[in-house]
Amino acid sequence: MNNLVEIRDLRVSFDGVPVLHGIDLDVAPGEALGLVGESGCGKSVTWLAALGLLPGKADVSGSVRLRGRNLAAARRLALERVRGGQIAMIFQDPSSALNPVMRVGKQITEVLRLHRGLVGASAKNEALRMMDLVGIPDARNRFGRYIHEFSGGQAQRLMIAMALAGEPDVLIADEPTTALDATIQAQILDLLVDLRHEMSMATVFISHDLAAVAQICERVCVMYAGKIVEEGPVRHLFDRPYHPYTRGLFDAIPSLTGPRRRLVPIPGAVPDPRYMPSGCAFALRCDRARDFCKQHRPELLPQPGGRQLACAYPVPEARDILHHQEEYQ
Amino acid sequence: MLRFVTIRLLRAGLTVLSVMTFAFVVLRMSGDPAQVLLGPDVPQNIVQDFRDRWGLDDPIWRQYLSYLRAMLQGDFGLSMRDRSPAIDLVVERIPATLQLTIPALILQLALGIPAGIYAALKRGTLADRGVIVMAIIGFTVPSFVMGLLLVLVFAVVLGALPSGGASSWQHAILPVLTMSIGGIGVLARFSRSAMIEVMGQPYIRTASAKGVRWSDVVRKHALPNAAVPIVTIVGFMVGSLIAGAIIVETIFSWPGMGRLLIVSVTNRDLAVVQCILLLVAAVMVVSNLTVDLLYGWIDPRLRQAPPTH
Ligand SMILES: Nc1ncnc2c1ncn2[C@@H]1O[C@H](COP(=O)(O)OP(=O)(O)O)[C@@H](O)[C@H]1O
Ligand SMILES: [Mg+2]
Repeated sequence: MNNLVEIRDLRVSFDGVPVLHGIDLDVAPGEALGLVGESGCGKSVTWLAALGLLPGKADVSGSVRLRGRNLAAARRLALERVRGGQIAMIFQDPSSALNPVMRVGKQITEVLRLHRGLVGASAKNEALRMMDLVGIPDARNRFGRYIHEFSGGQAQRLMIAMALAGEPDVLIADEPTTALDATIQAQILDLLVDLRHEMSMATVFISHDLAAVAQICERVCVMYAGKIVEEGPVRHLFDRPYHPYTRGLFDAIPSLTGPRRRLVPIPGAVPDPRYMPSGCAFALRCDRARDFCKQHRPELLPQPGGRQLACAYPVPEARDILHHQEEYQ
Repeated sequence: MLRFVTIRLLRAGLTVLSVMTFAFVVLRMSGDPAQVLLGPDVPQNIVQDFRDRWGLDDPIWRQYLSYLRAMLQGDFGLSMRDRSPAIDLVVERIPATLQLTIPALILQLALGIPAGIYAALKRGTLADRGVIVMAIIGFTVPSFVMGLLLVLVFAVVLGALPSGGASSWQHAILPVLTMSIGGIGVLARFSRSAMIEVMGQPYIRTASAKGVRWSDVVRKHALPNAAVPIVTIVGFMVGSLIAGAIIVETIFSWPGMGRLLIVSVTNRDLAVVQCILLLVAAVMVVSNLTVDLLYGWIDPRLRQAPPTH
């Protein structure tokens, strides 16, 4: 068993409405895994459930193993050691994800005390080093500032510093750049790539932006309506997406290098979890769907080349290779 | 900071001035002190004597100006009733009123805030519902009704506590309870919603995701944030305590400022009324100022930020 995290058949419902329909997901030590899908597909809920961070009304089942130990069965104390210490999480909209009335330095030293037993001057020095590492200029002066005194990009750097302070094995970055401007987004992505190498930790990068995911991940899981519908090495998915949904996500990416072309957004929207169709959840929006798709929910099955797919009528090959080579090479 | 305090004090001064002017005009227009104090059977020459002594026949604007001038010189005037300095009459009553309002405020803070926070953390449970129901009863029943109910139960039916007067500490129990129940309800409800709001904020989830113990998430992350709105409401409650004192002292014949105010208004004893109003205004100004200063202390976003570079 050399996976760091193994999620098996993770299901979540809110007030009896299922929103995750059995997620299986592995994270290997040090790898960079992307989790993509439109908003509302269950990307955040997957990891919040794994860490026991969902509100009490959420009904969670399935197993989440960290180095073989089941977190779902773990006592609260053990779970608190895992959070921030082994699995750290950073969130969208850093300005509201940090405590507005606690000094930012204190929010970092809090992690150092909890997970590395550092207090006093040694905690402060280490926090300053972390702030430096994530690129906060003049850290010593800004240690005692509050979050509203920082820009969005700086706030995200601070949250990253806070997450790294516990020296986690995995960093879950939940849409860390969504709330930021394009140039700042690129800087934060670069920072995450650098830090991952420096700290040799695994990174799970959650995003609705396939282009950003492709930039920093080796492997990608595509989620749709509470299920993983396609999984594989990022290059292979780029070269040849099997699932019409993955293909649709690619078509919606503006191409920077290739010839100008019209963006093709996927028609329609993610179905409401309360009115989930009985067959394939994507069938209503899929131009390849047939009657069969509307009745049978496809399983996620292994494919050649170490990939997985949940689709009865995948995107055909020939035209695609040409099409995508043109645009992404 | 200095500018802030100066502006607040200027504004407070204006408020006090308009309150006093208003009281002067209303009291003078609504009844003749000579008639009220001396009664209908007093001979005309005595009434005239009284009017001359207090300048009641001067035009009202002249009365007002001389009143203001005296005020500015620190002369709060004499009571028309017994010609002792009004300020002495009022100061004499302060301890009695504090004996009710301070325990009532402490009771409100000590019961209202914890009950609200507890309910928020146990949201949706029976305990939460219990707190909500009690809070609603607490602040919807008017204090004179609450006071009469308490008297009925504890003084009349049980005979356990005195229903009026001020000769022992037991006499204070019912007035203090009457005065605090509404505020406990308001604070409980308000603290509950403030806490629920804070517990739903993203930074609370972040704190949990860092591995902070739940009790510390509540204590170190949620409470300091919930304190901001709670402090606001506590500031308002000081005002309602004063209003409560007027009613409660009257119901329970408690010899405090509230009762003095009622008596003095009835007698059109302007100097005493004005002294009390001035004192009340001063208390309100100080409590508002305290709240504003507390804000800055609790919430760094409201402080004047030093320039960032
Ligand atoms: N606290 C919650 N209460 C009820 N429904 C929720 C809650 N959190 C998420 N959901 C629902 O779960 C689904 C997945 O949400 P989420 O994981 O946040 O999506 P995303 O892929 O954008 O991160 C959505 O339909 C969302 O409405
Ligand atoms: Mg999300």
